[in-house]
Amino acid sequence: MPKLIRLHGQAADWANDSFVLVGEEDAVPASGDVILSLARFQAEGAALLDDGRSVGVVLESDQAVEDLAYDLPRLSLVALRFPKFRDGRAYTSARLLRERFGFGGEIRAVGDVNREQAGFFVRCGFDAFEPADGSTPEQWLAAAHRFRHVYQRGADGREPAFVERNG
Amino acid sequence: MYRYDAIDRAFVQDRTAEFAGQVVRRLAGEITEDQFKPLRLMNGLYLQLHAYMLRVSVPYGTLSSVQLKKLAHIARTYDKGYGHFTTRQNIQFHWIKLADTPAILGELAMVEMHALQTSGNCIRNITSDPRAGATAEEIDDPRVWSELIRQWSAIHPEFSFLPRKFKIAVTAAPQDRTAAKLHDIGLLLRRARDGSLGFEVIAGGGMGRTPYVGPTIREFLPAHHLLSYLEAILRVYNRHGRRDNIYKARIKILVAQLGAEEFARQVEAEWEAMDRPSVDAPDTELARIRGFFNPPGFAVLPPKSEVFEGAKADPAFARFVRNNVHAHKQPGYAIVDISLKAPGETPGDATADQMDAIADLAERFSLDEIRVTHEQNLVLPHVRLDDVPAVFATLKAIGLSTPNINLVSDIIACPGLDYCALANARAIPVAQDIATRFADPERAELIGELKIKISGCINACGHHHVGHIGILGVDKKGEEFYQFTLGGSAAEDAEVGKILGPGLPANRVGDAVETLVDVYLRERKDGERFLDTYRRTGLTPFKEAVYAEAH
Repeated sequence: MPKLIRLHGQAADWANDSFVLVGEEDAVPASGDVILSLARFQAEGAALLDDGRSVGVVLESDQAVEDLAYDLPRLSLVALRFPKFRDGRAYTSARLLRERFGFGGEIRAVGDVNREQAGFFVRCGFDAFEPADGSTPEQWLAAAHRFRHVYQRGADGREPAFVERNG
Repeated sequence: MYRYDAIDRAFVQDRTAEFAGQVVRRLAGEITEDQFKPLRLMNGLYLQLHAYMLRVSVPYGTLSSVQLKKLAHIARTYDKGYGHFTTRQNIQFHWIKLADTPAILGELAMVEMHALQTSGNCIRNITSDPRAGATAEEIDDPRVWSELIRQWSAIHPEFSFLPRKFKIAVTAAPQDRTAAKLHDIGLLLRRARDGSLGFEVIAGGGMGRTPYVGPTIREFLPAHHLLSYLEAILRVYNRHGRRDNIYKARIKILVAQLGAEEFARQVEAEWEAMDRPSVDAPDTELARIRGFFNPPGFAVLPPKSEVFEGAKADPAFARFVRNNVHAHKQPGYAIVDISLKAPGETPGDATADQMDAIADLAERFSLDEIRVTHEQNLVLPHVRLDDVPAVFATLKAIGLSTPNINLVSDIIACPGLDYCALANARAIPVAQDIATRFADPERAELIGELKIKISGCINACGHHHVGHIGILGVDKKGEEFYQFTLGGSAAEDAEVGKILGPGLPANRVGDAVETLVDVYLRERKDGERFLDTYRRTGLTPFKEAVYAEAH
């Protein structure tokens, strides 16, 4: 099982991951929390939610968050996959989830996830990470908070330089 | 000039520290070259044919004397004593050791410079008018907006892993010296009828293997909405730009595929949905940045200078004035172009000693400012007419008084196969050969404006598509061949050149250029530039002459 780092405000630690990612060919386990693909969620999600199960959805980088918009209040988490380090589409997806759709649940980075991206993740609204590079929460936190100042508003509530300067 | 405050300084320091840590991990073998590559690219460090190359950002082509002296110091200390100014208004050092790079970035930070985002699939250095703040033509100072974009794009959380690199140009003069229509986004400052400031927004221009002159996607964007509108364009591109094929990943392909209207519609829809006030910089910040670009203490001078006029008795000075000296908005001042295209030299190269000397000139005579042009020359933007003769004398002494701005020997060339791992053919020796053939300044002046641009491969770093004469190096079974295009332009009348005919072997390139020039001189009517004659006559007379010789 992959190790999960979860962010809590200014801290980060190892988290117990209660969710099972259901493979495309696999049956949904009889109990417990699950993460489904968008297609599987659209087919089977409602029944699971009606049973009181916690459900998350994993979006591939070419899938639009808009397709999840009406289901977001019912989802525990949205996992966004990075097929490659350099595929940056999920950064937009995360910001839209937070800023446009007001999603308050967990946004998890999965796939080619490395601590060099930590700052970008945090600024775009991710709060959970499955590091593929063996990073520890300490290393993750150091990388995420490398910069004392930022120049734009993101989904993390940090004040950009142009606000700091007026403060 | 813009000056860093404590926030800007801390930001660059943090970046330098981050990269220093990454270099240490790479040198210790903790990360592989594959893992290191995207990290070093984000800091402007390329691995080329012979060594590492470090590309240092010169924000919108603006340098102070202290900064240029630092670049000279880096050239002398960490490179082979010279640097190469690029078509992106940056400077490259071609002989860098990996272990030295953190120290170099540390030195740059001391003078408020960095190599951030000079490479990688992110928003690159902003291109702007090298005559900003000096020309009377402009309706506003484009540096204000360039600096605003520089800050907004610095480590942007959402747009640092785009499908491909992204280049933005800002210009405010009717004569476009930025190649705005060949950028991913071109921003042309405009004034509305009510006097308010805004931008005509062009998107999807570009060169490379599929050149496009970018279409206008918005006629007038109110200036204070610039950042939110850019964010909308970038968001549409980040989501929908192709990522399956590196050659189809630039925004120009997306815009061409959707059509300009549909692309614009998607951008507008995104922009409407966005919380704009949270993205756009407040007026106080615009005013703060604008304050740095107030006129730099011009003296009140008579519009005519006796010293200047008298010095024209020297024909060499008179020729330099005709070609390299341009009108300034302030009476008694001039804009002086410094050509880095002395015949026989590498276009865009300057030695450490030359950089030091130019920095001294700027300090004494140009209110401490130097500009870099996308045509790989330098500019002293604010020289008193009285001082132009002294500036000329110094330039002459350091081999930089070539009076050839915009003339046939003022050639753009990429580094080509002499340095670059991507190149198929050499570009520098071709430029040197052509410039040497047209070294006679009298003949060059007779020919008039003629822009020759040479790329060593289809990536088009030498802008060959938009040369009046474009020359593209290709590899045919291990031999260098050169394909000619005619009629391109990177200016306000932007156009992509048309292919003249089959490629020519290296030893015929110089003769072919001479033939093209001869045809032009034969065909031209009063006052026509090469480009005008070509536009009137079309390709035929040029093509016939070049390929007649082949038989």
